[in-house]
Parts: sequence; structure tokens; C-alpha cells
Amino acid sequence: MNLLDVNNLRVNFGTPDGYVTAVNNLNFSLAQGETLGIVGESGSGKSQTAFALMGLLAKNGLVEGEALFEGKNILGYNEKAMNRVRAEKIAMIFQDPMTSLNPYMKVGKQLMEVLMLHKGYSKADAFEASVKMLDAVKMPEARKRMNMYPHEFSGGMRQRVMIAMALLCQPKLLIADEPTTALDVTVQAQILTLLNELKDEFNTAIIMITHDLGVVAGLCDKVLVMYAGRTMEYGETSDVFYRPTHPYTKGLLEAIPRLDANDDVLATIPGNPPNLLSLPAGCPFQARCVHVEDRCRKEAPNLEEYQQGKLRACHKPIDFGVAS
Amino acid sequence: MLSLILKRILEAIPTLLVLITVSFFLMHFAPGSPLTSERGLPPEIMANIAAKYHLDEPVTSQYLRYLWNILQGDLGASFVHKDFTINDLVAQSFPVSAEIGVWSFIVAVVIGVGCGIFAALRQNSWIDYSVMAFANLGIVLPNFVLAPLCILFFSIYLQWLPSGGWNDGAWPYLVMPVIAMSTSYIAQIARITRGSMIETMHSNFIRTARAKGLPGYKIVLQHALRPAIVPVLSYLGPAFVGIITGSVIVDVYFSTGGIGQHFVNGAINRDYPMVMAVTILIGSLTILFNAIVDILYALIDPKIRY
Repeated sequence: MNLLDVNNLRVNFGTPDGYVTAVNNLNFSLAQGETLGIVGESGSGKSQTAFALMGLLAKNGLVEGEALFEGKNILGYNEKAMNRVRAEKIAMIFQDPMTSLNPYMKVGKQLMEVLMLHKGYSKADAFEASVKMLDAVKMPEARKRMNMYPHEFSGGMRQRVMIAMALLCQPKLLIADEPTTALDVTVQAQILTLLNELKDEFNTAIIMITHDLGVVAGLCDKVLVMYAGRTMEYGETSDVFYRPTHPYTKGLLEAIPRLDANDDVLATIPGNPPNLLSLPAGCPFQARCVHVEDRCRKEAPNLEEYQQGKLRACHKPIDFGVAS
Repeated sequence: MLSLILKRILEAIPTLLVLITVSFFLMHFAPGSPLTSERGLPPEIMANIAAKYHLDEPVTSQYLRYLWNILQGDLGASFVHKDFTINDLVAQSFPVSAEIGVWSFIVAVVIGVGCGIFAALRQNSWIDYSVMAFANLGIVLPNFVLAPLCILFFSIYLQWLPSGGWNDGAWPYLVMPVIAMSTSYIAQIARITRGSMIETMHSNFIRTARAKGLPGYKIVLQHALRPAIVPVLSYLGPAFVGIITGSVIVDVYFSTGGIGQHFVNGAINRDYPMVMAVTILIGSLTILFNAIVDILYALIDPKIRY
């Protein structure tokens, strides 16, 4: 049985200008210990997918579909039931470590309260367990740092605290929402290495949300490419990376700047993502797609399994069998 | 912390000196004098009176004499209340205002902060709207309207409370002054608390707290309250001084004998020592409570260290 099965997930937001569908019919599944990368540009619905799973959507957010976690649909849970899932079974790391910790509370207390709440630990036990977890995320002088406030930590250190906090209860699933975006490149690498090690150590499944394809390549078993709230392509990381069949995926991969190529101009995908309030008929990517044809403007492509375990939504895929 | 307190005391001395100097000279340079109202007296008697209060001397020597006196703790004799020193009058009236003030402050903080938090957590619900409607009413309704309405309602229609007097601060005499005094403060505090609480509840670390599975009351009490209270605190320092130094409206409507009346009467009657005394009192209290607010900041916000 899969750890997580997401079926037809939709996230709508009621806004003064009408309904916005931020996530549109998303399907994916995740086995124990597996890592899924969700990639896409800003506004493609990656983070909203994560918030929907955690029950942390803004008040005007409305979620449809189901997310079966260990066989139970957690999207239907009320706040009280959800609180028992959060941190204990599904934990989350956020994008901005600088603001994600409470600046008014000692780091130790912020860690300990998770264990005291979910595991019923005493203060002393929670303290020791938290120190141990800080050691596990390679925090130097962990014991001393328990009594410090977040502003006394650097960005990378704070993200380590967040990771430690997320792993305290040894959750089955860790959702990491762009955990390295706000960090320096060297710190990014450290954090990713750490996540990779912890993944093996605790056998945690990870949903890694990112727009950095390098992160996906280094960490993820499967990857889901999102655009305008929809799945564009889904499959094994190596397949998607080495044989992208969707023009959008290909564009993303080509847009990675390379030091070894002597290009004067960086490759980009021209244009901007469409306004979710007024999506065009047909494929959402049509306006920026180099392979666009009449059919793309009229009917939206369905997500089809074109090979075992490989899905894509495109009328005009890049066919490797012919092209290369 | 100790060095902060010491520093604040040292800073207070020049501040107070400037305050005293500016108010003293402003008051003396304003047209008219304390004797203007004593019309029809022979010039010899006028000169006598002026000499008794040293009003015939140059302003600078009056100023130096005044400084010397207050250094010895003597605020002078009242020009208006015969046979009373200013020290006596302040000692009589300030405790009254302070008692009304402290109660009003407690009421204002408890109700204001409570309503503000409640409104913030139920944003855009009918509770929120009624709290905000009350807050707007409390701000636009001046206490010179509220005070007589209270008397009309509680003393005349319901006959529950005495319409005035002090009676050593027995509680029936306290209720209406406290209502009149605290209403606008409740309203302001509720508004500030609500705004800051809403902002705090939308911050990333509250999202983290929710992601940890903490129940709502713990999120509010342990994670949101401290950051949300900081903007309220900066309002409370000066507000507390305003509250405990009383209000002429409350003193006049409820005949409480507080210090607020002296400020206005002293200014009208050119009771120089009285005006100076009240100015010095409010000035010192303002300095004191701003210092206390600074210390409280340091206790609440770990980023502030002195």
C-alpha cells in the first residue's frame, strides 16, 4: 500500500474577482521512504498543494478531491483530528527559515513543545530528545543552543532547526516547501546533503517542492512538473530529466544556466505563466510553447500514461524515438 | 538592566530641567499676571502682594529662586488657594486621580486587550464587527458627554450610584469616574490589539506552530500573544500617565477632587506654582513610564538587549 495517494486534488480560492483554481486535478502517490519532487515556476500551485495536504490553506481556500494517507482521507479531517497528524505523521519545512521560527521563544522550547504535545514527554525528556535531534541535523553545540533565540542563528542554522523540529516525532512524510531557496548556495548544498542522509536514516518519505531542478536531480525518485496548477509531466526523475517529452519540461531543463557553455544569452521560456483568473481555452502552456498547434488552443490535453509509470499532458510531445 | 535604569535616571535630570525652564518662562512671558484679576486695589497694596510672591523681581531671579525651592522639595504656595502650599494640594488630589487612574487602567487593559484578541480571532464575524463598532463609539464619544450620561443613567434613573463625591474612594464612588475615564482607552487598546493580533496570526511562525499540530489556544497564548502585545505596550506607557494624572472632566462632573481640575484652574487663574507643579508631575511620570515601557520591551522581546 502506498503511504500517500492523492486523487483529483483541487484547490480553489474565492477572491473578489472570482474563483481561482490554484491546483487542478492533481494525482500522485508516494511509497514509504520515497521522494517526490514537485517542480514548477512561482504560482504554479506547488506550495498550495503542500498547504492543502497539511490543512494550512488560507481561510478563503477550498479543497476538493482526496488525499489518502495510510488509507485515510486526511482532507476530510477536522482541525482536531488534523492536529494529531501534523508533526506526528506529516511534518513540514518552510521556504523562509528567517521568519518561520517564533522570534519571541527560545529555540529549545519550540522544539520541546512538539514532543511534549505529541509524545507526552516530560520537560526533561523532551529537552534531551531535542538536543539529540539537533545533533542529528549537525547543529554545533546543540545543548547550548537550546537556550538561544532564533535571531542568534544564521539562516542555514535556522533551517537546520526547522528540519530537526520536523523530524522530532519521526514522521512518515516530510513536506519540504523550497527548503533551500532562501539560503546561500553552499548552505543549500549542506542542507540537501543533510536531508538525503536523514531520509535514509529515518526512512521518511519526502515531498520536495522546488523550482531548482538540481535539487530534484540530487534527491528525488520521482518528479512531477506543474504548470498553472496542472500536472504537465510525471515520472521517474531520470526519465523526466534525460528524456523530457513535454515542451515545458524541456524548456525548464534548457533554462538551467551552465558554466561550461559559453552562451551570451541565458536560455529562457519566453512569456509569463497565465493569469489563473482567466485561463485560455485549451492547454495552459500554449502561449509559451514552441510546438503549439491549433488543437492546443481548442482543447486541453488530458494527462495520459504514455508508458508504464510515465504521465504527461500534451498534444504535441517531443518524441525521442523519432527526433533522436 | 541596572545600567539602563541608571542611565534613564541621569537622562531624566536634563530633560526635566529643560521642561521646567521652558514652561516657567513661557508662563511668565504670556501677557497678564496673577494679579490682573485683583482689580480696584490701591497700587500700594498691589505692590505689597507682588512683593510677597516675589513677582516684582526680574524673571531670571524668580526662576533661580524657584529652582532652589524645588530642589528642597518645596513647590511653593498657591496663589489661589489661600493657606495651602502646592505640596499640600498635590498630596491631597494626586492620590485621588491615581486611584481612579489605576482602576481605569486595569479595566482598560483587561477589556481592551481581551476584546481586541477576540475580535482578531473572529475576524469579520459579528463579534468582530460589534467590538469595532463599540471601539469607534468609544473613540468618538467624548467623556464630557459620557460623564453626564452616566450620571443620568446610574444615579438618576436607576439610582444605583452616587452622582459625585469621593468618600475615600469607596467603590460606588469609583464606578462612574472609572467608566468615564477608561472608555476611550478601552476603545483605543482594542483597536491596536486587534490590528496587531491579526498581523501576528498571519505571520510565518504562526503557520509553523499550526504545522506542529498545536491546538488553537496554545498558538494564541504561547506563540501569538507576546509579539501581538508589543505595539499595545508602546501605547500604554504614555496612556498610563494620561490616565493617572486625571482629567478635569471627571473631576468636575463627579466632584472627586482629583488633580485634573488644578491643571485647568491653575492655568486660568495664573496660579504659577500650581501650573509648574502639575507640569513637573506629568513630565516626571512620562519619563518614568517611558523607561518602564523600555524595560518591559526588553523583557518581552529577546532581540532587545540593553
